[in-house]
Amino acid sequence: MSGRQDHAPFVEFQDVWLAYNEALQAQGKFAVEAIDLRLRRGEFAAIVGPSGCGKSTFMKLATGLRRATRGQVLVDGQVLNGPLKISGMAFQAPSLLPWRTTLDNVLLPLEIVEPYRSQFRQRRPEYEARAIELLAAVGLRGYERNYPWQLSGGMQQRASICRALIHEPQLLLLDEPFGALDAFTREELWCILRDLWQARRFNVILVTHDLRESVFLADTVYVMSAGPGRIVLRSDIQQPRPRDLETTYSREFIDAVHELRSHIGAVRPRTPQEVAA
Amino acid sequence: MNTRLERWSPWLLVLAIVLLWQAICSALSVSEFIFPSPWRIAQQLVEFKGTIAMHAWRTFWVTMAGFGIAIVVGVLLGLLVGSSRLAYAAVYPVMTAFNALPKAAFVPLLVVWFGIGAGPAILTAFLISFFPIMVNMATGLATLEPELEDVLRVLGATRMDVLRKIGLPRSLPYFYASLKVAITLAFVGTTVSEMTAANEGIGYLLVSAGSAMQMGLAFAGLVVIGAMAMVMYALFDGIERHTTSWAHRGN
Repeated sequence: MSGRQDHAPFVEFQDVWLAYNEALQAQGKFAVEAIDLRLRRGEFAAIVGPSGCGKSTFMKLATGLRRATRGQVLVDGQVLNGPLKISGMAFQAPSLLPWRTTLDNVLLPLEIVEPYRSQFRQRRPEYEARAIELLAAVGLRGYERNYPWQLSGGMQQRASICRALIHEPQLLLLDEPFGALDAFTREELWCILRDLWQARRFNVILVTHDLRESVFLADTVYVMSAGPGRIVLRSDIQQPRPRDLETTYSREFIDAVHELRSHIGAVRPRTPQEVAA
Repeated sequence: MNTRLERWSPWLLVLAIVLLWQAICSALSVSEFIFPSPWRIAQQLVEFKGTIAMHAWRTFWVTMAGFGIAIVVGVLLGLLVGSSRLAYAAVYPVMTAFNALPKAAFVPLLVVWFGIGAGPAILTAFLISFFPIMVNMATGLATLEPELEDVLRVLGATRMDVLRKIGLPRSLPYFYASLKVAITLAFVGTTVSEMTAANEGIGYLLVSAGSAMQMGLAFAGLVVIGAMAMVMYALFDGIERHTTSWAHRGN
């Protein structure tokens, strides 16, 4: 789909298992089990599944915030040993800092990540121009000097995505980024994310429980099952690109969503012990 | 109109109390040696203004010295307790027990160690006022949302980065709130210490005026100390509004 003939995977999970502590490991209770997948450079992947299936655990593994109990995660050919500076992340909550303006929030990663960090003072005007351009690309022109609490939820989430992209990461990790938004705002942000990705072709791993979202945006959709958290299906989305919102009403689109839905088991209530695990 | 009334309301209340007080004293002709009227207090304030100013200055700088130490120690302990779970578990119960001790009880001990004078007063002001600063700093740091921390941690930020970019700015409103409590406590500490362990300061003035039956002068001392505490409170309130307006956006 990306058009490149680059077959070395950019992100690779090799039989990855994760137990949150040793006691759970001894009981054989793993949050995710036997995750095995390979993502091409520039691929847009989505992970879908019912809540509590280990999607967020998967995300922590991909960022290096958690280390695998068994198996290993490779990004760009390197085994992951800790947080990666080439990734950016956005969460369901925009998590903007209320004491910083929108612009300063977006600039935050440049104050942390090298090589920007050591040049931040000298090159601040250049970085600001870059942040303003990025904010304009998501429709936030003119809101740079506003504080996050002066923005609507959808606008905050856009700023949060800008913050995840400002240091031009090769890997963008999105943990249910549109989950708290209303349906219309959500579709608008789908298109913004689609356009950013089309223009820059970074890798995306999108964790979501919205099947329409995954089919609209992704090249490949992985379906996870709950308890045990395993990947039960890998599905290549055949929808041609560029996609617009009209395609979400087409026969093929609806069939693809329906197909995914049939692989997600009935959601049963879980016991508190399982939830804690 | 309503906001103007709100702004002047404390002064109106003070005026009303003073008038009521004066009215009762005059109507019942209470003896000035038992319970002085506001007019009598004002007269004494003017008559002894030199003496009172000297004692007030002493109390002021002693309190500021103790309060300064309290800020340094309180912030450092707060940083330690707030950023480490082990330190929180170890330090917090001990500090709570310490805080429950009446600080006036320390004054005789401090006199044994440091003699009569500024030493015991500075230390009493410090001991009584560092606790709220520590607790608030620790709370500000310990209640940091994990998502906010993750935003930086995925970028490979160090603990120091997280503290500088998120922990400290987020704790600032808590810090200023604690200063407003601590400054009033520091004045209490200084005065209590001066009452038994000094030959200068408003605390000393209160005791000596009381034993000489100069009730007007003693009350004048109280008024001055209340005024100093109010001014310092207003100062910190102003700084807080200026620097952390993001935390008070409801107003």
